[in-house]
Amino acid sequence: MAFRHAIRGTSHVFPDLRTLLARASPFRSGDALAGIAAASAEERVAAQRALADVELRRILTEPVIPPEEDDVSRLILEDHDEAAFAPVAALTVGGFRDWLLAAAPAELAAIRRGVTPEMAASVSKIMRNADLISVAAKCRVETRLHNTLGTAGTLSVRLQPNHPTDDPRGIAAAILDGLLLGAGDACIGINPATDNVESVLRLLDLLEEVRTRFSIPTQGCVLCHVSTSLIAIERGAPVDLVFQSIGGTQRTNESFGVSLALLEEVREAALALRRGTVGSNVMYFETGQGSALSAEAHHGVDQQTVEARAYAVARRFDPLLVNSVVGFIGPEYLFDGKQILRAGLEDHVCGKLLGLPMGVDICHTNHAEADADDMDALLMCLGLAGVNYVMGVPGADDVMLAYQSTSFHDALTVRRLLNRRPAPEFAAWLERMGIGEGARIPSALSPALIGLS
Amino acid sequence: MLPAQLRRFTAARVGLGRAGDALPTGAWLDFQEAHAAARDAVWSALDPETLGFAAPVVRSEARDRREYLLRPDLGRRLRAEDATRLPQAGGVVVVVADGLCAAGVQAQAASLLRAFGTEWPVVVALQARVALGDAIGAAMGAEAVVVMIGERPGLSAQDSVGLYLTWAPRPGRTDAERNCISNIRPGGLSHAEAAARLHWLLRGARALGATGVALKDEMPAGALLPPESAG
Repeated sequence: MAFRHAIRGTSHVFPDLRTLLARASPFRSGDALAGIAAASAEERVAAQRALADVELRRILTEPVIPPEEDDVSRLILEDHDEAAFAPVAALTVGGFRDWLLAAAPAELAAIRRGVTPEMAASVSKIMRNADLISVAAKCRVETRLHNTLGTAGTLSVRLQPNHPTDDPRGIAAAILDGLLLGAGDACIGINPATDNVESVLRLLDLLEEVRTRFSIPTQGCVLCHVSTSLIAIERGAPVDLVFQSIGGTQRTNESFGVSLALLEEVREAALALRRGTVGSNVMYFETGQGSALSAEAHHGVDQQTVEARAYAVARRFDPLLVNSVVGFIGPEYLFDGKQILRAGLEDHVCGKLLGLPMGVDICHTNHAEADADDMDALLMCLGLAGVNYVMGVPGADDVMLAYQSTSFHDALTVRRLLNRRPAPEFAAWLERMGIGEGARIPSALSPALIGLS
Repeated sequence: MLPAQLRRFTAARVGLGRAGDALPTGAWLDFQEAHAAARDAVWSALDPETLGFAAPVVRSEARDRREYLLRPDLGRRLRAEDATRLPQAGGVVVVVADGLCAAGVQAQAASLLRAFGTEWPVVVALQARVALGDAIGAAMGAEAVVVMIGERPGLSAQDSVGLYLTWAPRPGRTDAERNCISNIRPGGLSHAEAAARLHWLLRGARALGATGVALKDEMPAGALLPPESAG
């Protein structure tokens, strides 16, 4: 049955839920590129009003992509917990928004397994930025491997020490720089310049050496393809955390060269290493609006809804870290600072509603209409929203991936402004090592210990 | 040791110091200057006349830079009139493409082609995305296509080139079906090393009849030159 809403005598009709969601989505260039955005501001608000009247139950029973042709749709239905859904089962999308804004944190935590990605995406489309922040701030998601992430009052940082040729000393220097500025509790995560197996093995050894030499309570990660991580595990490499980019449709995941079965296989292989010291969340996923459209695998679903579906995939594998890389993909999907700001807040709240340990890579490329001021705005908003972690890149400039993210300095600024601390084990380590505001490198962190002299 | 001394190990912005929690003024304005250069580089254009070699020039369906940035689908499609006038090739075809920043390709294409040491036919493509190589390769009947393309400009480099190898190119290939060699530039991967990697991957692709995630880059990493001597 079609959805409709009339405004000043004009009846706006939306033939199915997929179309309604696309038309109701706040404007972004990717939906225009896909040809599914609302044609006018009036059509958009008509769609939002029609969406507000849709019952959550109906969203559950009308998958935006048929389960017969998409394993992510099947996963969403399989993982839906009817008992967790019960407190909100009778609500409309509009009623759900009101409920979320008024609910206590414990009530939000209780419905996680009952919320589907499409429900989260729907309600986010009728929220303004302040709503996206307020609701997210009530969601706390804790995860553990070598430390405890996501506890109250913390803001963690992934230390991202990339180097254009994976030069070990260049990477070690960036790691040390980040540690000295309090970064690295979420993980020390290197994007390798190539998926060359030998080079990945060398980087894994480097991370293990730095981690053990300085006794850092954190986890290392080389962000290669899962199939390369599997080879590394088979060869006995020290793999703490397994990374993979994922998307919200089966065909998007195929474009990344992964399947749900492969993700399960690599997770089991990582768990079998039994490396976790305080927990066993061994997966790290990155996502981002636009990846499905980029792979021509979006099935006519708007990019924000597809993105939320990726979180259902992530949830299946009990991850330590999940982050949207919100401005990375480029202006054809998120054109400017305004679109990136909104998308970052949407992604964060949708992930948190589903119970994910959401971080955000607050970033932009140089062909987007965005700059450091836009990054600051999103960082402050996400700090208020209780984001689990952000990126720490030397000087905000990733010399390998050629984009701008947030810096070690940015994280320090937000921690101080919002009174957030690093993960507890890591905060204790910083104190033990004498890392503070001193101008010199403390002797316990001597560069010579990690091959820099 | 002072954190600033870490700078000799990497071009990354390490050891910048602090003004409170923020960057000191000099480091902040360095960042702004680099961002300005990168913003301007996005609009650089490839000039086929001064590349230093002759090759057929084709265009994607994106008519100008703005449309190219907003419509990647058009940048992946070959203009119909160009498809019909490309010669048949059969073997490996190289597509020299502007991509998101033409400056690096303009400067390096001739030298990088020489480093390949082959007689592969070359096509120059404008307003091109990587996947445009699939359409060009298919139109020429190529067994494989190598797309040499400008990578998106960063703050420290606006001259970086990537090579994308696709076996049996045809429209509809996904990125998981390609192998990539990136960061080719002075101070990054040298032309000799890039060419060695390309030939290594191509041998593997020929044996496997495929590129992409099925073809693992297991070339010994020991052959990597230190970045100081890259050229």
